[in-house]
Amino acid sequence: MARYAREVAVVAFAQSDHLRRTDELSEVEMVMPVLHQVLAATGLKAGEIGFTCSGSSDYLAGRAFSFTMTLDGVGAWPPISESHVEMDGAWALYEAWVKIQTGEADTALVYAYGKSSPGSVRDVLTRQLDPYYVAPLWPDAVALAALQAQALIDAGETEESALAAVGARSRDAATANPHAQLRGPVPQGDYQVRPLRTGDCPPVGDGVAAVVLAAGDLARRLCERPAWITGIDHRIEAHSLGLRDLTDSPSTRLAAERAGVFEAPVDTAELHAPFSSQEIVLRKALGLTDEVSVNPSGGALAANPMMAAGLIRIGEAAARIHRGASRRAVAHATSGPCLQQNLVAVLEGDAR
Amino acid sequence: MTAASPPEVLRAPLVVEFPFTRSLGPVQSAFLTGLREGVVLGVKTSDGKVMVPPVEYDPVTAEEIRELVEVAATGTVTTWAWNDRPRPQQPLDTPFAWVLVKLDGADTALLHALDAPGPDAVRTGMRVRVRWAAERTGAITDIACFEPYDGPAGGAAVPHDGSFAGAVTGIVAEARLDYVYSPGRAQTAYIEALSERRTVGERCPSCHKVYVPPRGACPTCGVATTDRVEVGPAGTVTTFCIVNIKAKNLDIEVPYVYAHIALDGAGLALHGRIGGIPYDQVRMGLRVEPVWTEGGRYPDHYRPTGEPDADYDAYKELI
Repeated sequence: MARYAREVAVVAFAQSDHLRRTDELSEVEMVMPVLHQVLAATGLKAGEIGFTCSGSSDYLAGRAFSFTMTLDGVGAWPPISESHVEMDGAWALYEAWVKIQTGEADTALVYAYGKSSPGSVRDVLTRQLDPYYVAPLWPDAVALAALQAQALIDAGETEESALAAVGARSRDAATANPHAQLRGPVPQGDYQVRPLRTGDCPPVGDGVAAVVLAAGDLARRLCERPAWITGIDHRIEAHSLGLRDLTDSPSTRLAAERAGVFEAPVDTAELHAPFSSQEIVLRKALGLTDEVSVNPSGGALAANPMMAAGLIRIGEAAARIHRGASRRAVAHATSGPCLQQNLVAVLEGDAR
Repeated sequence: MTAASPPEVLRAPLVVEFPFTRSLGPVQSAFLTGLREGVVLGVKTSDGKVMVPPVEYDPVTAEEIRELVEVAATGTVTTWAWNDRPRPQQPLDTPFAWVLVKLDGADTALLHALDAPGPDAVRTGMRVRVRWAAERTGAITDIACFEPYDGPAGGAAVPHDGSFAGAVTGIVAEARLDYVYSPGRAQTAYIEALSERRTVGERCPSCHKVYVPPRGACPTCGVATTDRVEVGPAGTVTTFCIVNIKAKNLDIEVPYVYAHIALDGAGLALHGRIGGIPYDQVRMGLRVEPVWTEGGRYPDHYRPTGEPDADYDAYKELI
């Protein structure tokens, strides 16, 4: 616990059911029930939260400042201390964690949402690429992941049948997750972009997640088994894919080192690997053995609401600690093409 | 109509287009101008590594890199992915491979498309060369794609001063994304009522304020507003401004008045244009009503009702 100035824990986690479409709901209508649920779990009222931070992307909705609309669901008047990241909510959680570390807040509400259904997410995500050399070619997210998958196959680190097994295991695990979008057997399907088949790719859908963070004794009062964030770090790699070794994730490894992942064994890993091939890369970077339960929630191959799927990994890992199903878990979130940016958190329950 | 039938959610196409105009630094300018001239340039880092496409700062040391070199238009595929169903704006409209290509003389790889008859004709390590676009403007698409190549390899990178006549200093990065937008439950109800020339808001069950237009949530209490309330049609001008600048594509003579209007029964003011009265006679407290044009789906403007002005105390909380 001496790594940081203050002890901070995830004390509550909630998520929506992740669905292919939610046309009948505006963003705030989609987000609000989850906010109510996560606050109810702690007994805190909106006005008692010290800091609120959200993660989302305007490009998914196709409208500017879409996140300001969801603030209506928080109760933002009278003025609240609030921020937003145009990224996965895991990075919003990082900002909130820093805010608590500085002593400016004792509690934080972190939420993230993605409504991919209005547009074509494969095309939308090309807009996060280098606008000079790459974006004008419109390489979509599946194509870029497929380049990484082929690099892994060429390096002898996986083969197509092993990739299929990752997808099958994820959807099998998701049968126990009522929020997941894809549960149980899913046909491996045709090549989307070879070597990736339908079963290697995440479902496209809409969804929301929220967590509450609290510091020290307050966390103990709000939660029977707080999930202490004993380490957290995030790292980025070069933007250009041609500069990177796509078969490895040095940024994940470095973030994990700085977060203390390797100082003791973990029993659970929630990995944000939207494509089956990315789980291969992350397992290697994090040195996970077969004893570790990887993505018992089903992971992003079972539900991948953009901008929320990484925060859900932290939430799912924390929820296992809350339930007493895990003692020390690693949670990972990614953003950008081919695991460009990676956040790693270690969550631990009190020894008992 | 049965009470149980759910309201049809509105949907409409939404097109987002943005022609971002981007300026190029010296390195990107040289690279893209080079492509226009059929020359591929890279940069050499202080440890002798050649990066193609070039970057301006070393990704490891963050050191500025400005030493340009010319590399070959031939190279080797370092990884690939077969794209059976090209998407509309991608480089080729027939099935192709995405490839990362390490050009001869370079140490890093460039992403582009490879024109090949099928996936069996592509492998990591295969030799390829640039197929230049017929018309070149100084953009990455000046490389139309790569194509298989079995000729001799290019040599090492050679120094290049990066100067060309008529250097390209900027690009226009065109982008278009197509969406189908749905406004959700609360706003659908608002828009549908407007088409019947009614204005509906929603009341917060906690603070009882009536929001117009409703967005489905009370921003003060953070709870859903589900109790639908018809407001107006008349209302009170709570504040206003006089617009003297003619907006592009807007067929309204200046000066005109834009006002906040608290419709009767609403808990906050919406905004609209005031007509039917000289601009310099509009005032706080003026009572107005909506004017609908033939076929209009929302009020075109608001005009005086002729009633006496509202008392300040009646609307001061809504300013």
